[in-house]
Amino acid sequence: MTRGHLARNLFRLAFLCIVASFVLAPMLATVLGGFKTNAEIRTNALGLPAMWDTQFYGAIMSDPAFWRYLGNSLVISIGSVVLTLIVGAAAAYVFAQITFFGSRMLFSYVLLGLMFPFATAILPLFIKVRDIGLLDTWWAVILPQTAFSLSLAILLFRTFFAQLPKELFEAAYIDGCGYVRFFWRFTLPLSAPILATVGTFVFVQSWNNFLLPLVVLNSRDVFTWPLGMMQFRGEYVTQWNLTLAFVTLTILPAIVFFLAAQKYIVAGLTGGAVKG
Amino acid sequence: MTTAAARRMPVSVRMRRAVTNGRVTAVLILLPPALILFTLFVMLPLGESAWYSFFNWNGYGAPSNYVGLENYERILNHSVFHIAVGNTVKIVAISLLIQMPLALLLALLIYKKTPTNAVFRLIFFLPYILAEVAAGLIWSFVFDGNYGVTASIAAGLGLENVFILSDPDWAFAAIMTVIVWKYFGFHMMIYIAALQSVPQDQIEAARIEGARRLQVIRYVQIPSIKPAIVVSAFFAIIGALQVFDVIIPLTNGGPSNQTHTIVTYLYTFGLTRLNIGFGSAVGVILFVGAVTVALFYQRIFMKRAQG
Repeated sequence: MTRGHLARNLFRLAFLCIVASFVLAPMLATVLGGFKTNAEIRTNALGLPAMWDTQFYGAIMSDPAFWRYLGNSLVISIGSVVLTLIVGAAAAYVFAQITFFGSRMLFSYVLLGLMFPFATAILPLFIKVRDIGLLDTWWAVILPQTAFSLSLAILLFRTFFAQLPKELFEAAYIDGCGYVRFFWRFTLPLSAPILATVGTFVFVQSWNNFLLPLVVLNSRDVFTWPLGMMQFRGEYVTQWNLTLAFVTLTILPAIVFFLAAQKYIVAGLTGGAVKG
Repeated sequence: MTTAAARRMPVSVRMRRAVTNGRVTAVLILLPPALILFTLFVMLPLGESAWYSFFNWNGYGAPSNYVGLENYERILNHSVFHIAVGNTVKIVAISLLIQMPLALLLALLIYKKTPTNAVFRLIFFLPYILAEVAAGLIWSFVFDGNYGVTASIAAGLGLENVFILSDPDWAFAAIMTVIVWKYFGFHMMIYIAALQSVPQDQIEAARIEGARRLQVIRYVQIPSIKPAIVVSAFFAIIGALQVFDVIIPLTNGGPSNQTHTIVTYLYTFGLTRLNIGFGSAVGVILFVGAVTVALFYQRIFMKRAQG
């Protein structure tokens, strides 16, 4: 390695470190803020706390509302994932395996959902959810969320299913296996990678969703964590340490989940994020 | 056996076979749930948006007060809507001029698969996986003039308290900072994936012919990841049309309505005041904007990038 090389590499590392600190500093300030008294936050927002006071984190964790918010988010996210995977894979299987009159058209119809943002239809959606009587239920978030993930899910599933070997189906068919059974017994188990990718994508979207729950959930009993967090922030406007502890405790699971499922998340969020 | 051979059989036989081998059952069982959900919660509300937008309606009872295009007229003449559209354009500009070049530069610095690069990649992608609301809240702490990081810095420099988020001139700049912080990692990941699939021998060939590092980047790497750049710019534009979550904890559209985007405008003036007709009209405008962008973009760039 020449000297020019070395200098360039050092310069590169320095630049990367500067950007990394721009990225990490706000998060670090948040995590540390949860350990400080408000007086200390005021004078020392960025540095380490003089005394590691855990009572603010403790206060959040012993608040049943906090766990209820997380529980609601978890149920809604899992519900959306399961429903999207089953309903989406079933439809994609038909589009991939069976050609019938109008199947092309129906497929294009479903893909229309990729064209426009969720927010365009939010008001009629609110009216519809209200008229069906689903306001303030988990379903009010699960059903529209699933419906809006279907376009992308079906597109990705169909592409994947179409690549599965045709001989497999023909062999199973000769052995008397019908279409529906084949879907359950062979297509789904063979499609684990794409199911995981789409599932992760839907989960993260649902876990972070704010606009839809904000519109269709009014009761604190069914609040998801982003709503609970905003509610909390409104109640403790001046107590930043409590709010920061709350934020930290909610983003921590997301970060752990990200580190664990990194492969699927990066694939699902970048490669698959046709909707941006 | 399902295609060519089957096609030679008479229609009646084909129909009977289709029923017995479960083909019809499969279509009838597996397809409808998706179609019903999609129609009920995506396409129908979209159509209803268009319908409601012609009424002055608070959402109760059936819409009856037909006002024609009045909602659209009011929106297009509303100064706050102009601000919202202007802000959206600003977000697009910042994305294209600052965020994407930054992401590309970082991608070029760390696309090679080494352990150090993996760590940086992870760090830069981290903001993207945070919920927008959480990101907004974190930064509203950073910008808080009394308690936040800005306050500490101002105090350290001996300055007076600065309240960036309640300053009409600076609030939106602060929001754009948060947006760059949140999304540059996403664009970077797209570029990294593309850079990793550029054939190594192309780069080496250029090197052997005497190309310098910058020339390799300029004439080999960037041209070959052009499709990825086109796609990421598309995400930036469509994303700008949808910005909402970040704004709510930061400024909620204020001070004096200076930081609205199209969706916060829709929410504030349509939903919170139960002007369903008015809000629906905003939704329709947003829809037209998004579809126009998508169609034009596809026609102009996507085809060329593929060809």
